[in-house]
Amino acid sequence: MLLADGRHVPDLHLEPGEVDRCRELAAQVTAPVLGFVAQHTTVAIERTVLRLLGLHGAGPRGIPQVNLVADELHRRRLLGKGAAWWLGYVMRQGARDPGAIVEAIASLPEQPAPLPPAEEAALREAVTRETRAAVAELRSRVAQRNALKAELGTGPRPHKYLIVATGNIWDDVEQARAAAQGGADIIAVIRSTAQSLLDYVPHGATTEGFGGTYATQENFRIMREALDDESRRLERYLHLTNYSSGLCMPEIAFAAAWERLDMLLNDAMYGILFRDINMKRTLCDQHFSRRICALADITINTGEDNYITTADADEAAHTVIASQFINESFAHRAGLPDRLLGLGHSFEIDPAREDTIARELAQALLVRTLFPEAPLKYMPPTKHKQGDIFFSHGYDLMADVVGWVTGQGIQLLGMMTEAMHNPSLADRYQALKGADYVYRAWRSMGDELQLKPGGMVESRAAATLHAARLLLEEVAADGLFAAIGKARFGDVARTEAGGKGLDGVVARAPGYFNPLLDELEAT
Amino acid sequence: MTARPLEPGPLVRPYGDRQDDGVVQLSFVLPIPPSERAREAAAEVARKLGLTQVLVASMEAAAERYSFFVVYGRTDVAIDLASLQVAEVVTRKKGFDELNEFSLREVGRRVVVLGACTGSDAHAVGIDAIMNMKGFAGDYGLERYPCFEAINLGAQVENVELARLAVERSADAVLVSQVVTQRDVHRDNARRLVDELERLGRRQQVLLLLGGPRIDHKLALELGYDAGFGPGTRPSTVANYIVGEVLRRMGKELHG
Ligand code: B12
Repeated sequence: MLLADGRHVPDLHLEPGEVDRCRELAAQVTAPVLGFVAQHTTVAIERTVLRLLGLHGAGPRGIPQVNLVADELHRRRLLGKGAAWWLGYVMRQGARDPGAIVEAIASLPEQPAPLPPAEEAALREAVTRETRAAVAELRSRVAQRNALKAELGTGPRPHKYLIVATGNIWDDVEQARAAAQGGADIIAVIRSTAQSLLDYVPHGATTEGFGGTYATQENFRIMREALDDESRRLERYLHLTNYSSGLCMPEIAFAAAWERLDMLLNDAMYGILFRDINMKRTLCDQHFSRRICALADITINTGEDNYITTADADEAAHTVIASQFINESFAHRAGLPDRLLGLGHSFEIDPAREDTIARELAQALLVRTLFPEAPLKYMPPTKHKQGDIFFSHGYDLMADVVGWVTGQGIQLLGMMTEAMHNPSLADRYQALKGADYVYRAWRSMGDELQLKPGGMVESRAAATLHAARLLLEEVAADGLFAAIGKARFGDVARTEAGGKGLDGVVARAPGYFNPLLDELEAT
Repeated sequence: MTARPLEPGPLVRPYGDRQDDGVVQLSFVLPIPPSERAREAAAEVARKLGLTQVLVASMEAAAERYSFFVVYGRTDVAIDLASLQVAEVVTRKKGFDELNEFSLREVGRRVVVLGACTGSDAHAVGIDAIMNMKGFAGDYGLERYPCFEAINLGAQVENVELARLAVERSADAVLVSQVVTQRDVHRDNARRLVDELERLGRRQQVLLLLGGPRIDHKLALELGYDAGFGPGTRPSTVANYIVGEVLRRMGKELHG
């Protein structure tokens, strides 16, 4: 198969009926969820609207203004009308600057008087106008980013994705520049442990983090500025990515869009399964955040690779495929085109077994063949990494080979010290040197290799696809909520009312007003 | 796991390709570009670490302002194994059926075990490996043992909640997993459970086990736990340890 970027991968013959059926089933799975989403909003979605409308600061004790406002409205059960509506309401009463708006919202009576129709219309018109202006500015920032990308050009595929995670944004900048000089195409700033459970986005530049660096709008700005500078020096555009997951998916997506990030981890189910965030909350938040990604031309990365860190990679291969179809369907429903779908998968079969390469190759090629236009995100081994860094390095190179031969779009480079700590500078250097060697050495092999008809690789791919189809039949029949309840993904079971953040899900009231959503849906 | 007491005896030295040659390999980065001075600096780092016959095998630019080195040297240090203080959980093992039968008979009821990965730590795979039916590396988890009532609470469990449940369920043993250790977050978090149980006046009634890839017995003791288990721990080892300790506290013995 010839890929859009000019690379060839071995042909893999699949049953077309099976593939079409998977897509059909995935659409059946996501449709009722979208029905739920259309009737609800969340505190995080409303805070995003407020951010766009200029509430950027933090109040006393560092609490973001958007949280102060959203919490006040939520407490009075007013959020169902849309935070933008109340912003317009207090602005009509004379509140102008963010501080005054926060105060005016806090002093609203428990049951504010409704507006006469003419005033109501004027309010909506005024806030819509402001929203449009802000969205236009957002678009121009995205255009600036794309212009720089077009001017400098990007490195060849697969883009080499490296992680920095010192906890201190200034150290991260130094490490990111070093990684870029060593050949990285994408810099990912890993978030501090448990940030995903915070129901607010921390404020300002940060220098203290655990296992990662806080995702804040200011940190995004600092890193993007440094990478712009480094891109010009190296005459190669460097991409920046972060994590739009957890309780603040849409706010992070907005901050990332504004600060010109290129990619975001954004999975429809990751937060539910791996952070125990309530499913209704995540499913609403993912949709809104993906609409923002669609507007801002941000490539999303999904998290199916995580399923096979909790479940066995041999046994659960089909769950990855089924979930990718679901993630694809959710993404399409949020307006994301295929070229922005960095569907995730990984090289995680237990290396103590035999013929693992046949099965890894089958899986990677299956994903490639099913989603030909998507810039797939391929993860290196992580779970079975142990303290022997020498073995780990060899193990990583094996994943680099499979990633190359199967034409992956975004290659996370494995770290030989994965089992110990966040990567150090030397680890990244070794990973880059090894991957470059593999890409050089295997350069034309994707076009040279053919699979044995009916052989191990082909039959494994067919069996996995078949099992994925059966799983999708089941999920479509049961509904997504119930399927997650039965631990169908990643061996993790969650309940509809369980997990964090359900209290932040609000039914939309009649006349719900969200001018940002209107703009996003019009895109 | 059987600890064999070591006779005071020969000293050990690192082994390259000949007895006692003391060969050691190192790799590290210096924040300077490659140059002859950088190479000498790397060699000097190795010498100051006490190595002799230092060889800088590789010096490469890892980035514009950083050099990566691979360095070899020899050390004179020799270790007397008998002089070392090592904290180790010592368990003689019974087989699956034997342990179940023995425990049910001697304890006279099922031993109640709670497991959780606590605080903000979301890594469930380690505690699952010990607790869940399936177990780890072909070794069954505690849920499979008829002699245990094993309850796996999963990850991100608050210490206060875990302590409350331990009391409510009259747990004999609580198994705590800690995987994220950066900046020592695991230390404070692990201690918090001990504090909470003490506050409830129940610390002495519960056997506390700490485990994870960066945990060892010594650290666990230091944090107020009864035992610590590190990477590669098998559920059967944990099962034998728990039964042995529960019996010991009843004034009985697992291996009579
Ligand atoms: C899988 C994984 C994840 C998965 C976890 C999925 C899940 N539900 O568990 C996901 C993707 C969610 C994840 C997230 C993160 N991870 Co992680 N993860 C791993 C990984 C790849 C494997 C861990 C694993 O499952 N090992 C297999 C199990 C079986 O081994 P084990 O845990 O050691 O358990 C054995 C023993 O230790 C022991 N044991 C363990 N617990 C207990 C308890 C008791 C009582 C007993 C007796 C024994 C025992 O028995 C087990 C069987 O032998 C490791 C890297 C690695 N290879 O180790 C990183 C790793 C642990 N993660 C790491 C980090 C930093 C994170 C994040 C903070 C990243 C971020 N900034 O977002 C987040 C954490 C979020 C959070 N709130 O905790 C670091 C930790 C560094 C450190 N030392 O602090 C590691 C080492 C990776 C790295 N190099 O940076 N991670």
